Amino acid sequence: MLNAAVKNRPPSGATFEHAVVLQNVVKSYDGTTQVVKGVDLSVRSGEFLTILGPSGSGKTSLLMMLAGFEQPSDGAIIIGGRDVSRQPAHKRNIGMVFQQYALFPHLTVAQNLAFPLEMRRMGRREIDDRVGWALNLVKLEGLGARRPAQLSGGQQQRIAVARALIFEPQLVLMDEPLGALDKQLRQQMQDEIARLHHELRPTIIYVTHDQGEAISLSDRVAVFEGGKISQIDPPTALYNAPRNDFVAGFIGENNRIPARIISHGPPSRLAVSGRAIVSALSVDIAPTETHACIMIRPERLRRVAHLCQLPNTIDVVVSEVSYHGDSYRLRASLDDGIDVITRIPNDGTQSIPDIGESILLGWSTEDARAFAGGVSATIR
Amino acid sequence: MRQRSPHRTGWTLVLPLLVFTLVTFLAPIGFMLWKSVYDPEVAGLLGQTRQALAKWQTSTGLPGPEGFDALSRDLRDLTGDGRVSQLALRLNRERSGMRQLIEVTADAIAEYDRPLLEIDPRWGDPDTWVLLKRMTQPLTARYFLSAVDLQQTPQGSIVRQDESRRIYVYLFGRTILVASVVTAVCIILGYPFAYALATARPRMQRLLFFIVMLPFWTSLLVRTTAWIVLLQRRGVLNEILVAMNIVSERSRLELIYNLSGTLIVMTHVLLPFFVLPLYAVMKGIPKQYVRAGKSLGAGPVRVFLRIYLPMTLPGVLAGAALVFILSLGYYVTPALVGGRTGQLISNQIAFHVQTSLNWGLAAALGSILLVIVVVLTMLLSRVTQRGVL
Ligand SMILES: Nc1ncnc2c1ncn2[C@@H]1O[C@H](COP(=O)(O)OP(=O)(O)OP(=O)(O)O)[C@@H](O)[C@H]1O
Ligand SMILES: [Mg+2]
Repeated sequence: MLNAAVKNRPPSGATFEHAVVLQNVVKSYDGTTQVVKGVDLSVRSGEFLTILGPSGSGKTSLLMMLAGFEQPSDGAIIIGGRDVSRQPAHKRNIGMVFQQYALFPHLTVAQNLAFPLEMRRMGRREIDDRVGWALNLVKLEGLGARRPAQLSGGQQQRIAVARALIFEPQLVLMDEPLGALDKQLRQQMQDEIARLHHELRPTIIYVTHDQGEAISLSDRVAVFEGGKISQIDPPTALYNAPRNDFVAGFIGENNRIPARIISHGPPSRLAVSGRAIVSALSVDIAPTETHACIMIRPERLRRVAHLCQLPNTIDVVVSEVSYHGDSYRLRASLDDGIDVITRIPNDGTQSIPDIGESILLGWSTEDARAFAGGVSATIR
Repeated sequence: MRQRSPHRTGWTLVLPLLVFTLVTFLAPIGFMLWKSVYDPEVAGLLGQTRQALAKWQTSTGLPGPEGFDALSRDLRDLTGDGRVSQLALRLNRERSGMRQLIEVTADAIAEYDRPLLEIDPRWGDPDTWVLLKRMTQPLTARYFLSAVDLQQTPQGSIVRQDESRRIYVYLFGRTILVASVVTAVCIILGYPFAYALATARPRMQRLLFFIVMLPFWTSLLVRTTAWIVLLQRRGVLNEILVAMNIVSERSRLELIYNLSGTLIVMTHVLLPFFVLPLYAVMKGIPKQYVRAGKSLGAGPVRVFLRIYLPMTLPGVLAGAALVFILSLGYYVTPALVGGRTGQLISNQIAFHVQTSLNWGLAAALGSILLVIVVVLTMLLSRVTQRGVL
């Protein structure tokens, strides 16, 4: 089955095993401002891909184009090897889970689940079997006769997920599906979605602005910023090797210490607070004497007793100590007023400093990354 | 400090409205209901006759002499201050000829004090006495009987009204028919309109709102005049149709002062009552549902039939019920543009209240209308509560 999609194979090397391929997809609602600015993306069959980004970055817009509710202003959307850019939503065979569930209130749970099967003109017997299977899958056997309004939020969400999976769509889209749930239920549903993905292996594109969800669920995460993909990688790579300071700041907690570039490495040498000279892995090349920003995870910033204990150290004054059970969290200030965060494990091996005390914090060179351009305004 | 029970507070808050409703609404309705079965007029005029006839069995022929005496005394007492003609008129409504009989008899008694049977042979007919006995009983079913074109024969059995006097059942039928047609047309015109209203952009929405609310903002007379200008034989619509050769000069359409006038104008006036509740329901349905339907594989038609329509059905029912119930009671519009064939039951009620002063009949007609509305409302709330929708 050779068709246009194969001929237009994207340079990134997408092939048939890719369930979804986006080529330079652009969306503009008003013709002037672009909300999605040329996204290239390939999703493997059976992959769990998360689109993570701050509010207004265009995540929903991208999903709406995938689902067929919005037309891309430019570019192509290829699903299952076919260009669907001009195909109406109901012909795309895509399951969708909405933030507000969107279960039909006038139908029972079983009727809701049967709906996509009826639309595919499946026989009554098979529909009943499948509905039973789906209820079993989300562990809600016996609730088929209820109306959505008679279910709890978590139960409704499960039915919404089951309804999106029951017709074995070639792609499942979820737009912040856990956004309406409280925190505890969220964790539970997260596990549930992970289990379903593991059991059934559907291709899922999942949208969220919760980085915890993104990291624990996904095979890969695409970090979205201002309508573009900032970085797309497995969660560990994203966390350990962010490609820019936006990603570094968006995924997990990070310290950002302004610095001045002295020399390029590896490792680069930088001046912090005018005095201390430290080294870090530099990600992008910038001229010497320009500003940069060093990013260090709080758990990699350690309290040291002597200058020589770690290759890089800075002097700080403790400004805040809070107790978190398994650890203490310290906020400390450099002498030019920049705050850094660190954690001290509550394992009895280290003493906890008092507020106002001067201490030394240090790090290994490979734990710090320097990004050109200083502290960007997009974060915090 | 003891908390007041929320129950008590609730009652205190609704009390003023409750009292208001009681005084201005429930009491008049109660009065009307009472009026339709309680008619003490003749009993008040013929008090002695009433007592004398109380023990009389109508199956035994004529009443005893005490009945004749009592009536003579009553008529003598009534003579002189117009109450004879009041009685005569009232009885004549029940049976023609009674007016003349009563007046002649009263005159004769006043002048010569002769026995009744000598004054007029009809006093020897038991039917006359049966009528008197029935009319002197204040509690009566006769208004309800006439309201459904029935009457009680002198022998006491219930039969249909003479053919020439059967009008109310027909009028009730016409009223229900008109209400149904108006409701149906409102649904057909109003559903797409409400949808357009609910989905339009703000500027367009303001314009559409203006159009639908226009009948509310124009005074009744202006509106009616406008309809007359438009719909009459030489009106705008007919002129256009003739000019376009769609209808010929001689077959101009009769659109006003008949049933079609009533239908057209009532639909216009009642359309907002259908559109607005439906609009509110449509506005409350997030786009998500239609989108969910599409993503699950339903094309536009099936999304509409299986999802949108059922979800908007409560709005359709609410609007339709409102229009139907309001139509049942409509009376100004039919009176102004309905001509003879466009009159509804309410016009008859108004006639009996204002012109013929037959309040009992007006009350009985009104009560029947009320019962129809109450039954409909109960059916409707049953349907909606059962979650059929
Ligand atoms: N239908 C629309 N018409 C016009 N502008 C829109 C429309 N939908 C979204 N936008 C604009 O596009 C931008 C991106 O919106 P989008 O909903 O895609 O963001 P998002 O990443 O999903 O944000 P969030 O996390 O808040 O849901 C926003 O500035 C928004 O105002
Ligand atoms: Mg969104």
